Amino acid sequence: MKLPTPRGPLSETLSACLRSSDVPVPVGPASASWDDRTLSLWILHQLHYRGFDGVADELEWDPQLLRLRVELEQDLERRLRERFTPPTGLTLVDDFFDWVAEHDGASLATHVHRDATREQVLGMLRERSLYHLMESDPTAWLVPRLGVRAKAALMELQYDEYGAGDPNRLHHHLFALGMEASGLDPAYGAYVDDASTEILEQNNAMTLFGLHRRLRSAALGHLAAFEATSSLPSRRMVQGLERLGFPDELVGYYAEHVEADAVHEQLAVRTVLGALLDDEPELEADAWFGAFTCLDLEDRAASRMLAGWADDERDVA
Amino acid sequence: MSAFEHADQITCPGGPLLLRGKHVVEDADGVGHETTRPVTAVCRCDKSASLPWCDGTHKVLPAHLRPS
Repeated sequence: MKLPTPRGPLSETLSACLRSSDVPVPVGPASASWDDRTLSLWILHQLHYRGFDGVADELEWDPQLLRLRVELEQDLERRLRERFTPPTGLTLVDDFFDWVAEHDGASLATHVHRDATREQVLGMLRERSLYHLMESDPTAWLVPRLGVRAKAALMELQYDEYGAGDPNRLHHHLFALGMEASGLDPAYGAYVDDASTEILEQNNAMTLFGLHRRLRSAALGHLAAFEATSSLPSRRMVQGLERLGFPDELVGYYAEHVEADAVHEQLAVRTVLGALLDDEPELEADAWFGAFTCLDLEDRAASRMLAGWADDERDVA
Repeated sequence: MSAFEHADQITCPGGPLLLRGKHVVEDADGVGHETTRPVTAVCRCDKSASLPWCDGTHKVLPAHLRPS
């Protein structure tokens, strides 16, 4: 993957220092814009996934880069926690689905179902590809951090996400096939320059939760909310993509998620979180925090995309 | 250490029946459908568009129409 186009002085200097050891690691990220900070954190997180062309693999564990990453993560976590109010009087395993239904936000799937143009959908796929091409990877970091029951339960879910041993069924590969068939570049990170700050922040939040053991419950709460808002929207995506004549490979990615996520949402809440919270009940507040963050960031990312589409339509009119 | 509970079937209150492993599930016409994934969700509200499998439709039903 190529380094993305910088979005300000922080990501500019960071990119330069990743390419050349002569450039010092930037300090004092607080003064950078939200967009610049968010891209910088996304870049630093990628060192832990698949890295960048022309960037030394050793930099994944460079102490100065880790310090910058932690400062940006602290800023992100503080902002996410400020938006969250813990629910009162609810039990996660019993009340989760009703709580999710009450926090329903802006929906891209509803727009794709009936109204979106082909160009709008292509734009959405480019932005969504940042996550869908590494789907489930942030969750995989949790496995060694869980007790026996929660670990087995998470692996049962993840085994299906990763194709149950068949690379042809691995979910992020299905998305790559859908992109390729739709005339898009299926390479990981190819469209990072197209991503809104909100989309980058969605990805950063998942990586933050995945990389920090203390946030394991937030990560699993995020997973549960993500799965619990997937089946029905995926059905609407299937119908919208068929309406617009998108290829079977792409339709197939969403069709797979209708039934897969009807299973995964139950497993994520009942077996995975159920086991975690049996073992560590003090972590329930963080599970709600992670779930809220998932729904809140999806609402913000979808609202931003829908607002952009409304502006396009006004311009055309 | 005692063994952990690990049932072949899990009934989800208000939602589907989860089946672990290979099973053949009959639809309303008596036609058998084989499970294909490690865990499968079987519809219990009869409103799924993917019968006999769950597609999450139970979540948009009023509480009294969801399976107990």
